[in-house]
Amino acid sequence: MLRDGSGERLDSALVVAFAKGASFTGEDVAELMVHGSLATVTAIERCLAQDHGLRMAQPGEFTRRALDNGMMDLTQVEALSDLLEAETESQRRQALRVLDGAIGKVVAGWRAHLVKAAALVETSIDFVEEDVGNFDAEILAELRAVADGLTAEIAGQRARERVQTGFEVALVGPVNAGKSSLLNALAGREAAITSDIAGTTRDVLEVRMDVGGYAVTFLDTAGLRDTAEQVEAIGIARGRARAEQADLRIILQPADYIGTVSPSDPQDIVVRSKSDLGPASDDGISVVTGAGLDWLMAEVTNRLSQMTARDGVTVRARHQTAMKDGLAAISNAIDKIGSGSYIEELVAADIRIAITALDSLIGVVDVEDVLGDIFSSFCIGK
Amino acid sequence: MKQYDVIVVGGGHAGVEAALAAGRMGCATALVTFRQDDLGVMSCNPAFGGLGKGHLVREIDALDGAMGQAADFAAIQYRLLNRSKGPAVQGPRVQADRARYRTAISDIVAQASRVDVIEAEVTALSLTGQTVTGVQLNGDTTLNATSVVLTTGTFLGGKVFIGEQTFPAGRMGNSASTILAQQLRGLGLPMGRLKTGTPPRLRGSSIDWAALETQPGDSDPAYMSFLTSRTIAPQIACAITHTNPRTHDIVRENLSRSAMYGGQIEGVGPRYCPSIEDKITRFADKTSHQIFLEPEGLDSDTVYPNGISTSLPAEVQAEYVKSIQGLEQVEILQPGYAIEYDYIDPRALDLSLQLSALEGLFMAGQINGTTGYEEAGAQGLVAGLNAACRAQGRAPLQFGRADSYIGVMIDDLTARGVSEPYRMFTSRAEYRLSLRADNADQRLTALGVQWGCIGPERQAAFEKKMNTLESARAELRARSFTPGQLRSAGYKISEDGVRRSALELIGLSGFGFEAIDVLAPELGEIPQDTREQISKEVVYSAYLQRQESQIAALRSDEARAIQDDIVYSDINGLSRELADKLTRARPKTMAQAARIDGMTPAALVLILARLKDRDRRSTA
Repeated sequence: MLRDGSGERLDSALVVAFAKGASFTGEDVAELMVHGSLATVTAIERCLAQDHGLRMAQPGEFTRRALDNGMMDLTQVEALSDLLEAETESQRRQALRVLDGAIGKVVAGWRAHLVKAAALVETSIDFVEEDVGNFDAEILAELRAVADGLTAEIAGQRARERVQTGFEVALVGPVNAGKSSLLNALAGREAAITSDIAGTTRDVLEVRMDVGGYAVTFLDTAGLRDTAEQVEAIGIARGRARAEQADLRIILQPADYIGTVSPSDPQDIVVRSKSDLGPASDDGISVVTGAGLDWLMAEVTNRLSQMTARDGVTVRARHQTAMKDGLAAISNAIDKIGSGSYIEELVAADIRIAITALDSLIGVVDVEDVLGDIFSSFCIGK
Repeated sequence: MKQYDVIVVGGGHAGVEAALAAGRMGCATALVTFRQDDLGVMSCNPAFGGLGKGHLVREIDALDGAMGQAADFAAIQYRLLNRSKGPAVQGPRVQADRARYRTAISDIVAQASRVDVIEAEVTALSLTGQTVTGVQLNGDTTLNATSVVLTTGTFLGGKVFIGEQTFPAGRMGNSASTILAQQLRGLGLPMGRLKTGTPPRLRGSSIDWAALETQPGDSDPAYMSFLTSRTIAPQIACAITHTNPRTHDIVRENLSRSAMYGGQIEGVGPRYCPSIEDKITRFADKTSHQIFLEPEGLDSDTVYPNGISTSLPAEVQAEYVKSIQGLEQVEILQPGYAIEYDYIDPRALDLSLQLSALEGLFMAGQINGTTGYEEAGAQGLVAGLNAACRAQGRAPLQFGRADSYIGVMIDDLTARGVSEPYRMFTSRAEYRLSLRADNADQRLTALGVQWGCIGPERQAAFEKKMNTLESARAELRARSFTPGQLRSAGYKISEDGVRRSALELIGLSGFGFEAIDVLAPELGEIPQDTREQISKEVVYSAYLQRQESQIAALRSDEARAIQDDIVYSDINGLSRELADKLTRARPKTMAQAARIDGMTPAALVLILARLKDRDRRSTA
């Protein structure tokens, strides 16, 4: 029974108390589950404010306190917000993965490589009297391992960002290949004007839908052909540009089309459209008979999940910036060593810059980490 | 009963620099040493400087300390380590003649005004409450002072080990010194135990030098002191030999007889200076280790074999040494031994090396858990300067991580403590590109003039050098070239329309001073040593610019002191784990707090808010 300061009954409620350290924020927390009427809630709020000096939490304040109290780290907080905002299954899975601390596991490997690289460079500087030899090849190997990891992670990040924002899949092909008809078939409505007249689509049309749990925007672009007509030419150029930037392209090649369309990206899907007009084939689709449409959607889902399945975990723009800065510094170091004659302390400085940049991901690397690696690897000491 | 401003206890490298620094600051100073002959004794290897250590010697010298000039007087071989690398990681090093070094130090101390050398044993500290007021000599005399600097090395619980033999180190048979030890122990300070080893000393004339590879010194020496301009002593060469599988077998067979491996020593030894037992056990796959044979002096027949420190029994030492090439007939003059001792956790000290628990007591050198003459001398300098400041009622002098290796060391010691004897490396200095041995004077001498610890001779030399350097820089800055001019003179440069000064061009690859001589022959009058200095400065200019904002942030954090009485568990929002870490580490500045493992930006903001809150209340 909840009563106010004067003993007046407020409500009959369920009260759950969390002890310090066991609550979400890490502080002493009590949850009151009260009857939902406006009058009841208002009376209880007034009592809490007047008799106990409490106030309403600001937006995000509980999470902020959990962060301050060390109950969550920054990546987990970010993941939590993603989880709360997740619309699709893939968004939910990704947020959960980060929430489990997956970033830590991936970057622990980079950290070890960087500590090793730093230790090798420092050995050649601080222990030059110890006839320890030349480590260029080893240093390069350590740095390249991190550079490769960062490069893949940065590339994969685009796909993972797309899980949040939606993928773009462009329909491209020669004029009158049936791109707009396909779009309409997929959308289940007349999104694009279709006709038998080649060059009907002049602008880029977009249709957003859920494909196998992914948010996907299909782009219908103007058919590719040489044209003297100015408006159509602009449409083709614009369509080309958008298609190139898209995450995936479906290249339509009419069954009766003579010649071949070669994909610029191996990820792209080449289909025989208007398959009802030609001989049967595995990659044929027809919006008239509906043949191959399920196969095409499965194929799109498959490609998208391949893009997101790279074992990357970093999601945020903040991670992206840190990784790009780190990669730039590591690339500088690799270039210097690769040039043959280089100044060791500048390579060391580059590695230090990389470590500082990646600090938010890999944690602080202390000089003792580096010295510890040196002394456990080499017999130092005259 | 005589009243001094500063009393320094101990005449090793820390004690000498401390006493001289206090004297230079104008303080009446007593240097109390057991024996006057102990001044300037090198108890371990006959060398000064090296990587990180050479930087420290230059910094001591830049503040007018004695080590650099004495090392130049004693130098019988100069080598600039990392000569092929950039100037930031070049470390000047010398082999030093023991007798000459002692002579040089004795002379400098004797000539120092305001420094009295007192030959006595300090038996106790005089205390008034939690403040030191002086020392007791030989159990009967009192000497008063405002500040006392303890530089007593390994006297706390020092124990020597040679194989199965062991005996207390230091002044045997004099029980009075234990009162001082008891007083220190009575303070309840955190303490730890460390060990270090020495190699056997060899008779030089019994070494087959002809069979060995020699290592000559540099023909173009880099001197330890900024004031030295010529080589003083005759120069010699060292030799290099190696252990072999036979040596390793002998050591391995006798491991159980080694004090370190027989479990008699509990202290932690340095990882960077392992004993031969350690090397053979931990790096079992290596079949050979390098040994430098370093003569201890011009007139000495003693040779220091650098690389084979040991605590094996004397007869085993003789056996394994004789298995080494060139040493087959060698005579051991003194067996190697290990020494184990107590040190005081330097986290008990503040940034001026004063003990937080006992006002007026400063500590420097090995007692703080460090190793090496250079580390000891640098701490002595800091403690001596600050002991003087306290005596004069002045604010303490602070050394920052971005300003000096001294600052790096003091910060490391007081913030992190030690887990093995602390030695300087260049990798400890995150801003090492700007903390070079060649610019120690530019970083510190002007500060020293301001503080009052620079003598007239050095001040004059420094000002002259700086004037020459400044006017050369100004000339080089004033003369600039367009990309077109540079291209037509045959140089490769991007056509970006940016005028570049001669000073900038020196730092670009493909240019250097040689290009300036061609482009602007009228600048050819810049003296050679000034050219060398400027060339060193421009190597890193691109990197140094990037570091500027980091350094500024660090300096502002270092300037933000954290009072010792702050209660972290009272700060709302600070996690218990971090509050515990902070309580244990007791960071002295925001910069130290920021380096604590697991520290978050949010937590730093909370601490800063608390400090600001206190400021407001104390001024209100």
